[in-house]
Amino acid sequence: MAAMTPAAAGAATPAAAAPAAYDDSAFLRVDRLTKRFGEVAAVDEVSIAIRKGEIFALLGSSGCGKSTLLRMLAGFETPSSGGIYLEGQEISRLRPFERPINMMFQSYALFPHLTVWENVAFGLKRHKQPRERIEAQVERMLNLVQLKPYAQRKPHQLSGGQQQRVALARSLALEPRLLLLDEPLGALDRKLRAQTQFELSSIIKSVGVTCVLVTHDQEEAMTMADRMAVMSHGSFVQVGAPREIYETPANRFVADFIGTVNLFEGVLVEDESDHCVIETPAWRFYVGHGITGVMGQKLSVALRPEKVELSTQPPPRTDVNCLHGRVVEGAYFGASSLYRVALGDGNRLQVSVPNSERHGEVIKVGTEVYATFSADALVVLVS
Amino acid sequence: MNTPASCSLPEAPVPGAEAAAGPLARLMAFLRARRWGRKSVIGIPYVFLVLFFSLPFLVVLKISVSEADGVQFKDIFEFSDGTLLMRLHLSNYQFLATDPLYLRTYAWSVCYAAINTVICLFIGYPFAYFMTKARPSLRPILVMLVSLPFWTSYLLRIYAWKGLLDDHGVINNLLVWLQLVDEPLKMMYTPYSMMIGMVYTYLPFMILPLYGTLVKADPRLLEAAGDLGTTPWKAFWLVTVPLSKAGIIAGSMLVFIPSVGEYVIPELLGGPQTLMIARVLWDEYFQNVDWPMASAVAVTMIGLILVPLVFFNRYQSGVQGAGADDEPHAAGGAA
Repeated sequence: MAAMTPAAAGAATPAAAAPAAYDDSAFLRVDRLTKRFGEVAAVDEVSIAIRKGEIFALLGSSGCGKSTLLRMLAGFETPSSGGIYLEGQEISRLRPFERPINMMFQSYALFPHLTVWENVAFGLKRHKQPRERIEAQVERMLNLVQLKPYAQRKPHQLSGGQQQRVALARSLALEPRLLLLDEPLGALDRKLRAQTQFELSSIIKSVGVTCVLVTHDQEEAMTMADRMAVMSHGSFVQVGAPREIYETPANRFVADFIGTVNLFEGVLVEDESDHCVIETPAWRFYVGHGITGVMGQKLSVALRPEKVELSTQPPPRTDVNCLHGRVVEGAYFGASSLYRVALGDGNRLQVSVPNSERHGEVIKVGTEVYATFSADALVVLVS
Repeated sequence: MNTPASCSLPEAPVPGAEAAAGPLARLMAFLRARRWGRKSVIGIPYVFLVLFFSLPFLVVLKISVSEADGVQFKDIFEFSDGTLLMRLHLSNYQFLATDPLYLRTYAWSVCYAAINTVICLFIGYPFAYFMTKARPSLRPILVMLVSLPFWTSYLLRIYAWKGLLDDHGVINNLLVWLQLVDEPLKMMYTPYSMMIGMVYTYLPFMILPLYGTLVKADPRLLEAAGDLGTTPWKAFWLVTVPLSKAGIIAGSMLVFIPSVGEYVIPELLGGPQTLMIARVLWDEYFQNVDWPMASAVAVTMIGLILVPLVFFNRYQSGVQGAGADDEPHAAGGAA
């Protein structure tokens, strides 16, 4: 585990550009897929292998290319170069209606002139299924999303959450081999979103369909996906399980993009097989694993806010893995509190403290505090 | 503590004064409460329509049930011996209902109008559809080109067709010169020449409402249809056309209703076979100078048009009542 971090951190270029997961038995394989609009490459040589039954999330901010990639999977855009292989079959030249892939649109795209029942049955009718089969399947789908009583309503007579479920039922009705979700929770309000996240993934898992979802919402990606890819400027910056991406970011971009993080620039002063030490002008960081680096190398150290402990009393050792400063801001989030500490060297440290006691200690603004963390909590980043 | 001035209407009494508001202020408050401002604004076109449409129509209706008396009409109402008599001369309507010429003319007017509507729909729909496919920067220009004919005189445009289709008009001259025909083709004064004129004149009325509806169509719906297994051709019939229903009906009404009463085109381009009701009307007024008869013809014509008009009106208010709320309730939109 320790060795993985240095190797990934050592790469100057985006970590997952290396086609590490090349596997001919992969369910969905994307091979150096590129889409250019004029001079700009919206999707730049993206390769990934996705397993059968996996829920894979593409996470990135607007303009990173995730939607374009999804649309190429669906067939609404033709790639400039590269290929898409579904169970070994090249599909990138097939039209959308020829692919065994279905998409759930962000705006749901329900047919306003058809009832819920007709919307769900739409795809089945196009494939000329016998009537009884269509009826049975539609009923199954409506039961799956619990919308049976609304079968005769038109989309405009439903709430946002209900419309989403119709869209889901419609996209699952044809039992596609690959399900694509475009910002599935984007149109819902916050409360509904949390509830729907679990419902959605449980329905998808129960059906067992392989799923690729696109989102700009980290929480959505982390809760729903088995694996996710962080995208920026058309390429994958890091691919891995949500936990891996959060706890072991490959570079500054990912560390900063996911959640909140404290970053410190420093130089490598000690490097052994079981530990290394990085020094910044004001502090000394002792990291619990070695990296194969060069003495004096410029590095960053990443520290997540929840891994820090605050105390008004100085700890036994204040020279290593201990930061010292004054609280300048305290925000209460209910489950936790976020404190901003102005450190001696001008940096701001963000610390997240769980409110595990109802009448626990509240650190007032202006208090002098000591922030301590373990050697294990630090992540060394090269780029 | 708020002074009376700070929490009352602009025309409030002098601050601190306990005297009642002046009469003008009271009147304004009274009118505002009864929404007279709004009513008077709506009232202006309403009064206009009553004066210049309803009243003349009632006059025509009255003439249609009167008897001619030289250059005047006998009174409908007569008061004698304490009895109020109302004489409605209904023979004109009886005649209309039974005379084969009139019945045929009415039927043919409706038929020609229907044919015109259908042809305009078949030409106008692809026209409007491809307008929506054009680059957004190009579309206003296309709309302008479609409505450009309205900038010229309607009469002149019909005359222009005469010049084109006549025995010695442009087309025939060209055909003879190219030696494709020995003699000029007889194109004028036929139902075909009239239909050409009708379609030409009414096409913009079909295209513009259709364009208005089609341009608002959500392209995502077509993508969804494709994703679910429809070819683009089928998606057009299953999604685009049903959703443009409002435009189709609006365009059809705008073409059909005026076409029934069309006068100039049948007169200038049509022939003896294309006798339409408006021509009959003209004849009754100006040739036979039989005003009661003519008025009866006019009233019947309005009655004929009333049916599709009422249907159209009901449909429009139905569309507005449903709110045409096709988007998801939460702000999904085009994000």
